[in-house]
Amino acid sequence: MALSGMRGLSVFISDVRNCQNKEQERLRVDKELGNIRTRFKNEKGLTPYEKKKYVWKMLYIYMLGYDVDFGHMEAVSLISAPKYPEKQVGYIVTSCLLNENHDFLRLVINTVRNDIIGRNETFQCLALTMVGNIGGREFAESLAPDVQKLLISSSCRPLVRKKAALCLLRLYRKNPDVVNVDGWSDRMSQLLDERDLGVLTSVMSLLVALVSNNHDAYWSCLPKCVKILERLARNHDVPQEYTYYGIPSPWLQVKTMRALQYFPTVEDPNTRRSLFEVLQRILMGTDVVKNVNKNNASHAVLFEALALVMHLDAEKEMMSQCVALLGKFIAVREPNIRYLGLENMTRMLMVTDVQDIIKRHQAQIITSLKDPDISIRRRALDLLYGMCDVTNAKDIVEELLQYLSTADFAMREELALKAAILAEKFAPDLSWYVDVILQLIDKAGDFVSDDIWYRVVQFVTNNEDLQPYAAVKAREYLDKPALHETMVKVSAYILGEYSHLLSRRPGCGPKDIFNILHEKLPTVSSTTVAILLSTYAKILMHTQPPDPELQQQIWATFVKYESFIDMEIQQRAVEYFALSKKGAALIDILAEMPKFPERQSSLLRKAEDPEIDTAEQSALKLRAQQQQQQQPSNALVVTDQRPVNGAIHASSLSLVKVPSMSSNTEVNLGEHQKLSEANDTLSKVDGQSSPPADLLGDIFGQLAIEGPAASSVSAEPTSGPGGASPRAADALALAPLAEQSNTVQPIGNVSERFHSLCFKDSGVLYEDSNIQIGLKADWRGHHGRIVLFLGNKNTSPLVSVQALILPPAHLKMELSLVPETIPPRAQVQCPLEVVNLRPSRDVAVLDFSYKFGTTVVNVKLRLPAVLNKFLLPVTMTAEEFFPQWRSLAGPPLKLQEVIRGVKPLSLPEMANLFNSFQLSVAPGLDPNPNNLVASTTFFSESTRAMVCLVRIETDPSDRTQLRMTVASGDATLTFEMKEFIKDHLVTIPTAPPAPLPAASQVQPAVSPTALTDPGALLVGLL
Amino acid sequence: MIHFVLLISRQGKIRLTKWYSPYSQKERSKVIRELSGVILSRGPKLCNFVEWRGHKVVYKRYASLYFCMCIDQDDNELEVLEIIHHFVEILDRYFGSVCELDLIFNFHKAYFILDEILIAGELQESSKKTVARLIAAQDSLVETAKEEASSISNIISQATK
Repeated sequence: MALSGMRGLSVFISDVRNCQNKEQERLRVDKELGNIRTRFKNEKGLTPYEKKKYVWKMLYIYMLGYDVDFGHMEAVSLISAPKYPEKQVGYIVTSCLLNENHDFLRLVINTVRNDIIGRNETFQCLALTMVGNIGGREFAESLAPDVQKLLISSSCRPLVRKKAALCLLRLYRKNPDVVNVDGWSDRMSQLLDERDLGVLTSVMSLLVALVSNNHDAYWSCLPKCVKILERLARNHDVPQEYTYYGIPSPWLQVKTMRALQYFPTVEDPNTRRSLFEVLQRILMGTDVVKNVNKNNASHAVLFEALALVMHLDAEKEMMSQCVALLGKFIAVREPNIRYLGLENMTRMLMVTDVQDIIKRHQAQIITSLKDPDISIRRRALDLLYGMCDVTNAKDIVEELLQYLSTADFAMREELALKAAILAEKFAPDLSWYVDVILQLIDKAGDFVSDDIWYRVVQFVTNNEDLQPYAAVKAREYLDKPALHETMVKVSAYILGEYSHLLSRRPGCGPKDIFNILHEKLPTVSSTTVAILLSTYAKILMHTQPPDPELQQQIWATFVKYESFIDMEIQQRAVEYFALSKKGAALIDILAEMPKFPERQSSLLRKAEDPEIDTAEQSALKLRAQQQQQQQPSNALVVTDQRPVNGAIHASSLSLVKVPSMSSNTEVNLGEHQKLSEANDTLSKVDGQSSPPADLLGDIFGQLAIEGPAASSVSAEPTSGPGGASPRAADALALAPLAEQSNTVQPIGNVSERFHSLCFKDSGVLYEDSNIQIGLKADWRGHHGRIVLFLGNKNTSPLVSVQALILPPAHLKMELSLVPETIPPRAQVQCPLEVVNLRPSRDVAVLDFSYKFGTTVVNVKLRLPAVLNKFLLPVTMTAEEFFPQWRSLAGPPLKLQEVIRGVKPLSLPEMANLFNSFQLSVAPGLDPNPNNLVASTTFFSESTRAMVCLVRIETDPSDRTQLRMTVASGDATLTFEMKEFIKDHLVTIPTAPPAPLPAASQVQPAVSPTALTDPGALLVGLL
Repeated sequence: MIHFVLLISRQGKIRLTKWYSPYSQKERSKVIRELSGVILSRGPKLCNFVEWRGHKVVYKRYASLYFCMCIDQDDNELEVLEIIHHFVEILDRYFGSVCELDLIFNFHKAYFILDEILIAGELQESSKKTVARLIAAQDSLVETAKEEASSISNIISQATK
């Protein structure tokens, strides 16, 4: 049919199809590519038709999987053709061959724009489709207003408007700033009155994206969505062509319900009632029918309705109806429905009150663990993992263990990890936990990571009652014929420590233990050999009175390994041999290992980390569940609540009053004096090994309330619940010091953590023995969203949790509600919205406090919402760079400074540093090889997107000095950027704090000296 | 959203690819290689969903061709499964009981049709009638242009005779 005119293309396709083998195909393709290349080279001779034909051939070759690295230009240039057939091919092939990051696309932005704003409807459609499919940021910035106009224009036909809606969706995804919320929310609401269902479907997709980012602005759309849903569900005024197997557009129904799920709740009682009527109708009225497509479509609607019901937190009756439906689904034969039943039941776990009903289906879910379909097995595993608690842990874990021996390799690691976590979390008694892990190692040793066996060792070490039992078990496993090496490791370790507890039992004397372990020695790897040598030394130490024969044997082994190729083993052999000659001294040196400090299970961390876990969804779910369920957990109860190094300390400390504390209560002290006192305290503190952040916090809190900064604190719109106001900070600041410091010390260097977060967007902000504060950030233009993850590491709740943001004047920050209590081992997520108003290097501070037992912990943490987060690198060519550079002449827009005392960096190192700030270094742009130029775009509300240019001139003979020139269209930006770069060039982030600046000499710096620099903290407020 | 659409034959040959998320050339080949392995090896009576690298792939086999669409974890799987069927029905109507050969020799048509159904990885039009009408209009535009061109060349050849 349509190919009549494209003979060349058909011939080529048949040729390729007739090739006997891959080699022939490649030859044919290479020949064609050569042909196309020569034809394109003398382009003048090509007719539009030929050009079209070759471009299609290229796409076909590309689809076959061959690299097509030329001819892109020809495809792109067809877009500018005046006639429809060529233009159509240009647009379609371009959007198949290139992705949004391709440079050629920039060349056609103008042509595309002309097509969009032009009068030709068919051209508009082509252009909108391509931009909708591959448009990137640059398209978003230059085309969004035009696309918006088309979408709301009354003179455009539906076929253009529906494309405009989805095109705008694409542009919005690439840069949310292109849709101005204020004006657009009313428009959106009007668009939902649309009668044409094609346009409405596209508009609804757009709405879903808009409300998912900002539901507040689109409240007026909510009742309209409910109306649309009613119209569809009642099949009222739906044209025949929009029903699909008798169902009024199932897609639009699904989309509408999806949009509704982004609104936190439906407040208006009438709207709520109509919505629930519709939902009820869907829940009750969906039957299983014979036609597959009708069935799928109606169930697509049903599952979306279920999700919406869950989201709206309906009455219990409706919820149990949902669970009942899901219970039915997980038992049906149709695999899709079974899969979705399991998936949605896992989501349902987040709803409180229904867990018990779900537990009734446990047997059925376990059956699904043996389903022939791996997709279904994965869902079943996830669901079992989520629904596990103390009551059913034994059953579920034993099922998982049993399944482990037959499970496919793709799932074993996940399965082993999950079983280990559940056993740890919900162990009814510890001996069972030990049993489970040993079985796990026995059945799937290859899939048991080291973390898992380390963890069991920790438990055994910390629980005396458990030690004999573990030793017996380890001994039993050693009798098995084929033993996994991990089992050798864990048994050797446990027996080395605790086998003396068994020495009265038959077969458990030191000699027996040694002999059975020694059998394994020849076959194990060197890490295990090392463990075995330690075990031998321990056995020797425990054998009192010494058994000369055993002694000889072990010494012989040590001697044998004294010349072993592995250094570690050699050293161990030499040292153990020497030590064991010492007799009694050995007992002290090789005494039992002390208890491990209580810490978060590294396994849990592993399961929570979506980057490591292959099933990202399950990790997310897990996290959500932990917030929701707070199931009682036994896990850490096990590890002995006796504080390892804290409590005794604390009580003795509470008797001591740090003298400087009194200064805090004396309000009429001059600010200078106070700061210098503060400095004293600090320098004292610095001498100690740990930096008690709280001390600083006190000083800081005090000043914050007095100084002019108070305004910026109170300007902060929402604060934590229950009086986390400046007053509260005041109260804390005045609380007796002994109560709040020194008992809990941060793990890791708080300052280093801050600095590393300045250059990446997720990581740990703070950690101590009770809490871990993680952070994930997402930056778009001048907006940012930081999510704080507050994780309680303990088995008891953290109470009086307060988080207060102290934003500098240039940032608008809004922290969502922080719960007052963090339940045991739960993690709470607190989103924090950031808007950058203008350029500044000041830093925002999070004032965070909680109470654990009687200890109040208060820390001030700098938040990595720093200048470079609002940068987006731009690469510039010489033609773009130099005109701009020249047009920005002299101060204050262009500033130059000679900087001395720079840490010496080679140019590539400096370029790396710049790239890490999001300054894009343009190599070779500057004719002098010792110079470096870079460019970036800075985003803030006052400057909007503004290009900023930097030039560094270095002196190859003296790397400690350089000349820097910074230019931008905004004087403040230029200055701040210059200082920002300087800070990073001059100081080494981990260097000790410079002499503390006097209070008057306010030096607004993103100084890398973290909490130990009150200047930096102060500046955050001023 | 739909991140990409793949049409793969039972022999592992690619019949159509459409990417709505930015994948580089290298990533595209990798995705195709991995997914062909996963999907082609699945038995007939299993569900239509495969979990893959934090995403889901919804696929359905029609005769010798697998239609695959990759979506986000939280998207509605059945809805996408029926988008696939909707696409197939439109192809069927256009070609008159479509077969793999139609799609091989007229792959460009398949792209035109897909562009009328999906934009930005979202469903654009759920009326088969409307899509058919738009495609017919495009075809006739191309035809008219061709006739014009040939009539012009006729005039020229006559005039220069």
